[in-house]
Amino acid sequence: MIRVEDLSVNYGAVRALRNVSFEAPSGQITAVLGANGAGKTTLLRTISGLVSPQSGAIHLDQVSLLGLATEKIARMGVGHVPEGRGVIEELTVEQNLRLGALSSKVNLAEGLQEQYARFPVLGDRQRKYCATLSGGERQMLAMARALIAKPQVLLLDEPSLGLAPQVTAQLMRAIRQLCETQGLTVILVEQNAKSALRIAHQALVLHLGSVVASGDAASVAADEDLRRYYLGVAVT
Amino acid sequence: MSAFLSSPFMHNIFAGLAQGIIYSLVALSLVIIWQSTHVLNFAQGAMAMIATYIGMTEIDRGIGYWWCVIISVMVGMALGGVTERVLIRPLYGKPEINPIVVMIGFLGFLEALAAAIWTSTTRNITEPFSQIYFKSNGHLVFLSSFIIFQIVLAMGIMLSVAALFRFTKLGLQLRASALAPEVSRLLGVRVSRMLTIGWTLSAGVGAIAAVIIASGNFGLFPTDMDGIFVASFIAAAVGGLESPLGAVAGGLIIGLTEQFIVAYWSPDVAPLGGIIILVIALMIRPQGLFTKNTIRRV
Repeated sequence: MIRVEDLSVNYGAVRALRNVSFEAPSGQITAVLGANGAGKTTLLRTISGLVSPQSGAIHLDQVSLLGLATEKIARMGVGHVPEGRGVIEELTVEQNLRLGALSSKVNLAEGLQEQYARFPVLGDRQRKYCATLSGGERQMLAMARALIAKPQVLLLDEPSLGLAPQVTAQLMRAIRQLCETQGLTVILVEQNAKSALRIAHQALVLHLGSVVASGDAASVAADEDLRRYYLGVAVT
Repeated sequence: MSAFLSSPFMHNIFAGLAQGIIYSLVALSLVIIWQSTHVLNFAQGAMAMIATYIGMTEIDRGIGYWWCVIISVMVGMALGGVTERVLIRPLYGKPEINPIVVMIGFLGFLEALAAAIWTSTTRNITEPFSQIYFKSNGHLVFLSSFIIFQIVLAMGIMLSVAALFRFTKLGLQLRASALAPEVSRLLGVRVSRMLTIGWTLSAGVGAIAAVIIASGNFGLFPTDMDGIFVASFIAAAVGGLESPLGAVAGGLIIGLTEQFIVAYWSPDVAPLGGIIILVIALMIRPQGLFTKNTIRRV
């Protein structure tokens, strides 16, 4: 479980997050929605320790993550698939996966086998440099690399960006399945509110750094004003 | 056969290899630091020189050759690690020219320091292997036990470095830290530790090169590494900064080219050889002769 309390982040004079509070319960998907510049990416980067907040608290279960180094937070079981996916192009598919499996708790051979079974296309390309992968393949690799570490929490930043709708749907199903089978806690940042709300258990909507709405995914999806003013989803 | 081995041509081949292997070692140290930090350390040669001078000071106190090698390498590694922590770390995130300028300044400082402590005269270490050329059926072959030792040592180091980057977790983390520091941290790589390790290993390999130079016929003096650094840098660029094999091959190519220019033209134009090779290599394969992966961020 991730608990964020009263979190505020400034970039110089710009307030990126203002008093954000929410809880992402274990085994559930929490969607974080909002337009560009709403603070969604900043929220994930702050949880991972890449950005230091001005005030507030972040807890993984009972442990405070504030002030811890990013690599330490990662080793505590917080996986983060960054925006733009972050596969290292100059390394091969397998080398990228090996980087995900650094922890001594992970059995590399088993982990690789499991990920290649989940994403067969990666198995076919294990010795290929990532620069040769398509957008969808990179997204799968980024996911596989985060999952091979057996994280407790997975932070996903715009996984659907640049993907075909079919691939997005497939990916969303895979995320949902992971939550249900492995008790994974997911914080899913998306601009594509529709596909995120379809799989999320609950959602919060950010606007200019503040939480303007939160609740279970179905009620957020049903709120026409939210959809019209903040999520840019056509009201049908 | 022995007449061929003792021919002037073969003499130039052996002499070129012996010089080239030194370039190869320094180029290897540049490859390590590039692979693990994406910084080009212009003080690499001077740091190696200082480390070897300290090793030689201990030899004056009566320790043996191999202890001198060990001490020089240890001092070199420590100097590399401390330099990264103290001089380079504050510059991360600043323009890329900053570490280059700082290391050029450090180069001048180290050379002046060495001259101030040990004077600028050339110093030697008595080598552990004979430098007397072999004889074959009465013909002199311009190859000695020492040259063979150099070559075997360089090959051993090259293979170790290649194995480190290719097969080990540490090598993978070193490369990842240089290629994508933020993503690496998100995967749990202790990036700042990797950068220190990269500098440490690189400076250790550089120190081995300087010890070999000091053990050779001509010895070592404080600014000795300047020309060697330039040739080695060209060697690394020719071979591809990502490839240990390329660094060694690049070093040998530069060493041989220089030697043949010295023999058949003039010693004064020898440094030109490296430049010519560099221009040709950059025209044919700008990513380096031995770089398999052609993607380079620009």
